Amino acid sequence: MSSAAYGDSATAAKLAPQVRMMDSPLAVSPKEAPVRFQISHLDFFYGSKQAVFDLSLPILANKITALIGPSGCGKSTVLRTLNRMNEMIRHSRFTGEILLDGQDIRRLEVAGLRRRVGMVFQRPNPFPKSIYDNVAYGLRINGYTGRLDNMVEHSLRRAALWDEVKDQLHKSALALSGGQQQRLCIARALAVDPEVLLLDEPCSALDPVTTAKIEELLFHLKDGCTIVIVTHNMQQAARASDFTAFMLDGKLIEHAETSRLFTTPSDPRTEAYITGRFG
Amino acid sequence: MSTTATTTIAHAVPPEAGPRVFLRRLRNGDEVAHVLTLIFAAGILLITSLLVYELWANSHLSRAKFGWMFFWTRTWDPIFDNFGAAPFIYGTLVTSVVSLLIAVPLGLAAAIFLAELAPRRVSDALAFLIDLLAAVPSVIYGLLGIFIVVPLMRTTLGPALKGALGFLPFFSGPNYGVGFLTAGIILALMVVPFIISVSREVLLTVPREQREAALALGATRWEATWQVVVPWARSGIMGSVFLALARALGETMAVTMVIGNDPRISASLFAPGYTIAAVIANEFTEATGDLYLSALIELGLVLFLLTFILNGLARLLIAATERGGGRPA
Ligand SMILES: Nc1ncnc2c1ncn2[C@@H]1O[C@H](COP(=O)(O)OP(=O)(O)OP(=O)(O)O)[C@@H](O)[C@H]1O
Ligand SMILES: [Mg+2]
Repeated sequence: MSSAAYGDSATAAKLAPQVRMMDSPLAVSPKEAPVRFQISHLDFFYGSKQAVFDLSLPILANKITALIGPSGCGKSTVLRTLNRMNEMIRHSRFTGEILLDGQDIRRLEVAGLRRRVGMVFQRPNPFPKSIYDNVAYGLRINGYTGRLDNMVEHSLRRAALWDEVKDQLHKSALALSGGQQQRLCIARALAVDPEVLLLDEPCSALDPVTTAKIEELLFHLKDGCTIVIVTHNMQQAARASDFTAFMLDGKLIEHAETSRLFTTPSDPRTEAYITGRFG
Repeated sequence: MSTTATTTIAHAVPPEAGPRVFLRRLRNGDEVAHVLTLIFAAGILLITSLLVYELWANSHLSRAKFGWMFFWTRTWDPIFDNFGAAPFIYGTLVTSVVSLLIAVPLGLAAAIFLAELAPRRVSDALAFLIDLLAAVPSVIYGLLGIFIVVPLMRTTLGPALKGALGFLPFFSGPNYGVGFLTAGIILALMVVPFIISVSREVLLTVPREQREAALALGATRWEATWQVVVPWARSGIMGSVFLALARALGETMAVTMVIGNDPRISASLFAPGYTIAAVIANEFTEATGDLYLSALIELGLVLFLLTFILNGLARLLIAATERGGGRPA
């Protein structure tokens, strides 16, 4: 069993008030929102290849932050650094500092960090188990001792999937449609009650109707957690996010409130990208 | 699949003169491949049926004389023409089971190490060596058994096992060095490369997203491997085990060199025994008398059946474990 006992979340919550206001040089008004993640001067390397350059970015609590930019600009890299998923890649490393609620993520126990920072992947990746077992997996490995049934239902409801699957909880998750699978993956991530949810192009394999469903779901989720979403879809970023960060070639070009970034971008490269002139 | 392809092609081609169309279609690679693979597939079926037929027909004398008792009879007496398969079935099963008990944990652990932990280059290099091991002729393994495992069993391994587990019937009785356990160990050495090689390949095909999904939920690396990656690869791993089992059941040379070739049923793994494949190989050329020969051939039939049944059970097992939450085949 992981040493990340469920009690950790209580400790984490006590630590949470130690929150910093943004010290980003970027012109984003803090608006009193506490910073959940503070990324400072992040340089990321795959072996000798540098993929992210001196990136500083605050992720505000209970907001949806969208990461946009052309393919290969390093969006996934940044996202996967936040829950240290990149550690799985040999010879990868980063310098700089990433604070989660004021704590350096490198000093946190990695399983505990990942329990606090959930992740949803580009392609739906349910386990080849029943719907129920998928959602319960995270609870089980984290030694959750409460009633699993309640948590499973609660998570499926949060992911707006409950009504569709409540009569077939013990059916294989692989029998669901792609959109249902993706919502199941969201439910699975939500089950351990993460503070942050990272989503890497969660809708790129889905049709517009399902995409709209997931966007709406994210909107409701942000009361309970902070959301970072990578997307290729500019409309999606414009519709669904509170803040948008635009990246290009591993550098952060602009970070602003979404409404402002899409109406009055301050950098000509941002403007070129959002008006579709490149990328 | 190729039938649908054929029909589409047939509809697309305007109705021309028959033979020319036929020739043109024959020149089409798909058609040729289709026909060839069909022939080969049918060939395999044909050979198998012929094999069973031959075994069946030529074991007629023995079947007529002993009937079902052949399976239960424990004597093998060429002088009085009294033949029973029991000691050989027992020896075959026991050596195979022992070999799998050793080889499966060992092979699986090695495969997990190679696929999950070792750097890719080390893993590939080792996998190459392991594939070479799988190609070593079995007589070499037999020699290895005679020169290393048998003395080891007599002087160190056997006494140690007896000391530690002597209260179990499996590890009691005299220890000559040759016997079920030694044969099982040699078989394990022979089949473990199959298990490692196939399991490693299967583990490597598990999508990265599966492992990452578990890790992202706070699983440790070991939990992700054991609870997600290995179950995903389960049917492939089982496949490797059944390949190993098939090889263990039929292995002749190495086994006959170390098992003692004595048709007895003993609970002790130190005791000498005999397997079906070994007795056929040893006695076939010197079998005098039609009944003797016929009994040996019937043993071949029994071995065939044994392999067949175990494979069928294996498939059922896979199907059963795969139902429910399992991944669709
Ligand atoms: N495992 C890896 N090893 C080496 N280089 C990598 C690896 N993963 C990504 N890169 C490189 O790092 C850069 C950033 O990749 P990343 O996946 O973060 O981009 P992205 O913005 O998510 O792109 P996309 O929109 O296509 O998903 C790319 O140039 C890519 O080639
Ligand atoms: Mg990406």
